[in-house]
Amino acid sequence: MTDASAPLPALESEAEFKDFIALLKPRVMLLVVFTAFVGLMAAPVQLHPFLAIVAIICIAMGGGAAGALNMWWDADIDKIMKRTQKRPIPSGKVSLEEAKMIGFALSGLSVMMLGLATNFYAAAMLAFTIFFYIAIYTVWLKRSTPQNIVIGGAAGAFPPMIGWAAATGTVSFESVLMFALIFMWTPPHFWALALFTRMDYENAEVPMLTVTHGRKSTRKHIVVYTFLLAALGGATILSKLAGPIYIASTILLNIRFLIDAFRIWFRDEKESERDSFLVERRFFKFSLFYLFALFAAILADSTLSRLGIWG
Amino acid sequence: MSFRPDHEIHKRRFGRNVGIGLLLVTLVVLIFGMTVVKITEGNVASAIAGNQSID
Repeated sequence: MTDASAPLPALESEAEFKDFIALLKPRVMLLVVFTAFVGLMAAPVQLHPFLAIVAIICIAMGGGAAGALNMWWDADIDKIMKRTQKRPIPSGKVSLEEAKMIGFALSGLSVMMLGLATNFYAAAMLAFTIFFYIAIYTVWLKRSTPQNIVIGGAAGAFPPMIGWAAATGTVSFESVLMFALIFMWTPPHFWALALFTRMDYENAEVPMLTVTHGRKSTRKHIVVYTFLLAALGGATILSKLAGPIYIASTILLNIRFLIDAFRIWFRDEKESERDSFLVERRFFKFSLFYLFALFAAILADSTLSRLGIWG
Repeated sequence: MSFRPDHEIHKRRFGRNVGIGLLLVTLVVLIFGMTVVKITEGNVASAIAGNQSID
């Protein structure tokens, strides 16, 4: 029951439910859910549908918990960066203490429930992912090395492996390949973002590649990593993950991704500023589509194979 | 300091309470469902029909 006589807190500090949802980084969660779902569906062992739903919810919850803990730890720099100023903590809607408690509570709950629903191997992997994202990436790497995104990208790459492990109880070559695809995709995705958010990372003293090695070097790095990603995508054709849809998708997606990466490389800062980083923004948006489309192709192939249509 | 029950703050708290309530109900449904699937070893319909004995 609400105490109407209680002192009126400042309105900005009274969070709405949607502010707590925002704390869990729902857009990142969408990516986590989708890739975990693909990992689970592509696995050779089928989980009971209800347990599969519970597993996906647990992985999403774990991802959300990591997001909340990340916002808790990074509140000081989120306040400085334009891109993150409207997040629930810097905007004064959710307190640091609330974010920390929600993060830790959801971490524990998601890991325990995943263990009970599927197996403790998958649960341990989810726990390690949250630990990696918070302790290794957020606390350690993010503020200390320009390799932050390269190594830290592993955290975002684990969900399909967790999905696969939830179904099979093991790690396999195919699940490692799915991990590797997201791992290689992460650096060019975030470096493109760093290019068009311009001074954000510099102002916050986050040693992104744009800050430590310059913007020209970042453009070169985008091309190199996009090329490595394309090579990995091509190599995946030889695995059991690939069917006709994956093969067609990876060829088309990688050609388009590489063309845009080269366009970023050939541009200079003046040209980019003239059109407000149009190519960089387009590359960033396309990178999101790229990952969804690639994993959708894996899902489609595994579904058609399961239905006996091919494979 | 007191404020009227229809204050903006009540609307926000109501929204939060409803959200948390729905989350708790979802959690109960998930754990209940999970328990049923586990103890019936996935054969829920069969267990309801009484065709499966649990050792």
